[in-house]
Amino acid sequence: MKPAIALSVENLSFSYGGKKALDSVGFQIRSGECTVLLGPNGAGKSTLFSLITRLYDSHDGRIELCGFDLKQQTGKALAKLGIVFQQTTLDMDLSVIGNLRYHTALHGMGGKQADQRIQQELERLTMWDRRFEKVRQLNGGHKRRVEIARALLHEPSLLLLDEPTVGLDVPSRQAIVEYVHQLSQDKGLAVLWATHLIDEIYPNDHLLVLHKGQIKANGAVDDILQVTGTTLVKDAFHHLTQGEAA
Amino acid sequence: MRIVHYWRAMWGIVGRELWRFVTQRERFVSALVRPLVWLFVFAAGFRAALGLAISPPYETYILYEVYITPGLCGMIQLFNGMQSSLSMVYDREMGSMRILMVCPLPRWFLLLSKLLAGAGVSILQVYVFLAIAWAYDIHAPWQGYLWVLPALMLSGLMLGALGLLLSSFIKQLENFAGVMNFVIFPMFFMSTALYPLWKLKESSILLHNLAQYNPFSQTVELIRFALYGQINQYAFVYTLVAFIVFMTLAIIGYNPSKGMMSRKGGV
Repeated sequence: MKPAIALSVENLSFSYGGKKALDSVGFQIRSGECTVLLGPNGAGKSTLFSLITRLYDSHDGRIELCGFDLKQQTGKALAKLGIVFQQTTLDMDLSVIGNLRYHTALHGMGGKQADQRIQQELERLTMWDRRFEKVRQLNGGHKRRVEIARALLHEPSLLLLDEPTVGLDVPSRQAIVEYVHQLSQDKGLAVLWATHLIDEIYPNDHLLVLHKGQIKANGAVDDILQVTGTTLVKDAFHHLTQGEAA
Repeated sequence: MRIVHYWRAMWGIVGRELWRFVTQRERFVSALVRPLVWLFVFAAGFRAALGLAISPPYETYILYEVYITPGLCGMIQLFNGMQSSLSMVYDREMGSMRILMVCPLPRWFLLLSKLLAGAGVSILQVYVFLAIAWAYDIHAPWQGYLWVLPALMLSGLMLGALGLLLSSFIKQLENFAGVMNFVIFPMFFMSTALYPLWKLKESSILLHNLAQYNPFSQTVELIRFALYGQINQYAFVYTLVAFIVFMTLAIIGYNPSKGMMSRKGGV
């Protein structure tokens, strides 16, 4: 039996004024699947994320999260979602634990349950000892870890990451890429990871190539290499986007 | 959606705002310095120049300092409402607004919780100001200090909703100077905070009319009467209606399908 569908996007379009940012985009992500959304700057990745998180709304198309329609059952759908935005969204003046408690309150988690989940996630990311430090004092890699911990506190079924490793050094990047892939495998979490860094793609990943608002490829890495007649993801991407840099 | 979820989320938002306020001492001090300068310097200077006839809710002749105290309470809340609007724009630029907007609760509830948090902070400031005014010999009946609480809550919500509405239109932090010039100052000076309506009428009918329909005038009158244990029904209804109108427009402004957000590039 195939794993459950965590995210379903059907025929989604969006325009800024007259400029089309997304054009009839459709795909599905299943539990335990790590999907990498690859696209050059301006491809529509951030617009797509804003629509999935309902920061924007589109009249065309449909988005379902774990079977809940995002427009009709917004609360139930968003409860299934964990998000790490491209830009840091932590409160710099609060401590690590202060930020996480704020998030658990927003998700309606009570004190004991919240504290337990905070400890679990911070320990897993080796940040527990730093819980009382102000976020402002943390380096970029540690801030990202806190954001990932926060996104997982309410045990979402789908984790969205919008270029989470931008600006990080190589070891921090590798650690985060490895951690998220492991999570997807161990916990059956569905992951949608937007990036323009090809070395963040694992051979078992599912690949979505977005270019000029359209899906150019959707499938397993091997299948896409085969279809494009290439041996490297870099070349396949080059082929699909007609030479634009990722 | 369980009620307890709403309750916890609201306390999370209110608690965060109060914590930020208490830990940011500069903000606390500057919020108090402004009305105190008006009280100690401006009012003292104008005491001799302005003669005030007896008018409700006052039953005797009063000093000018006594007259402008409710107006300065309103001023604290007006600035606080705009400060909240500024912090919403800042949060939007910094991205922390996104975390609030993607949590699984209705947007109107999240915005209302933000407003309650802002109103709570402004009430704290007003009570500290009233305590200092008490020490300066500006006394209201003791019951007035209790009656003024619901009035401050409503006026804090109304001015906060105005701030929220403005924040849905302001694209960048730099535009905030415009809010100061076009909203805060005209609202404050064209109101009954500093001079009674009949005094304004003596100098300009137009100013009098503008002040009369200025929601800030009505909120100041609501506070003034409450501080003396009375309800000004007209001011109450006017402030309530203004709150509902501003809040509704702000909710529309923050609605992803109808509002300004998508046109501006998101929260």
